[in-house]
Amino acid sequence: MLKIAVIGGIETVMGFKALGLETYPAADAAEAGNILRTLTREGEEYAIIYIEENLAAQLAAEIDKFKDSPAPAIILIPGREGSLGLGQSALKAAVERAVGTNILGD
Amino acid sequence: MASTAVTPTRMVLNQLKGRLKTARRGHKLLKDKRDELMRQFMDVVKRNKQLRTRVEEGLTAAFASLQVASAIMSPEMLEQALLYPRQSVELGLKFKNIMSVNVPQYSFHTKNNDPTEIYPYGFAQTSGELDAALDKMARVFEDMLELAQVEKTMQLLAEEIEKTRRRVNALEYVMIPELTANIKYISMKLEENENSTKVRLLKVKEMVLQDAHHYK
Repeated sequence: MLKIAVIGGIETVMGFKALGLETYPAADAAEAGNILRTLTREGEEYAIIYIEENLAAQLAAEIDKFKDSPAPAIILIPGREGSLGLGQSALKAAVERAVGTNILGD
Repeated sequence: MASTAVTPTRMVLNQLKGRLKTARRGHKLLKDKRDELMRQFMDVVKRNKQLRTRVEEGLTAAFASLQVASAIMSPEMLEQALLYPRQSVELGLKFKNIMSVNVPQYSFHTKNNDPTEIYPYGFAQTSGELDAALDKMARVFEDMLELAQVEKTMQLLAEEIEKTRRRVNALEYVMIPELTANIKYISMKLEENENSTKVRLLKVKEMVLQDAHHYK
């Protein structure tokens, strides 16, 4: 069976722990990067990795590497401070890639 | 542009004609594939947009509740309350084939099927706000799972569309024009050879006749 991981600030991941997800608190982007690398190395055990937006912002290069592989899915979630709009921008990037231009109009 | 590398023979001409036919058919098929992928992609994008908004709103609300809970309870108490999850999630992964793109389909099982069983603590020492926060979390989690599926699907489709679009363009603007030009070049060359052969024959005939009958 596959697992779901959540990487984020300790206060962000706390709530997810109660849901039964595996949580990995990270204080800064460097730590989050290390965690991400370990999780993705472990023989595809993690199918979904949720990562907090403000940490993901500095790990864009690492995250992009998994864009074209079917697993794991790395999904940005907003942190405590609310949405930074990075998740929406990932959507826009995908549309631009496929269509060649942003047709969503925002 | 007719590249000078082709030898103007009938055999090469036939080969090129065959390749042109294949290229045209491939172009048509790929174009259809691209259109269908695009249609699917737009559906997925729409769904993704909805889910993204819902998840972000839901999580923000859940975090706000959690914030309130952590203001009421001491950090140690809160940590203790959430230390041992009662619930555990197992994820099943299957792949669905959309136009030869394998996209993930997640199915998830919680070990505990009772939705009221998400609270890993006794109610005596915790505040009600924590219950509310976890409840919101649990609700938003289903959307999060679907978001993961949809977002991955979107990324994989985007990649495939990009690839297909490139192939279509390469066929349309490079391969097919080049083949057509080469075919034209060869057929013109062959015609030219034929003409010169004909002229040569006429000339020879004239010379032969002159020799035989002393025609002028």
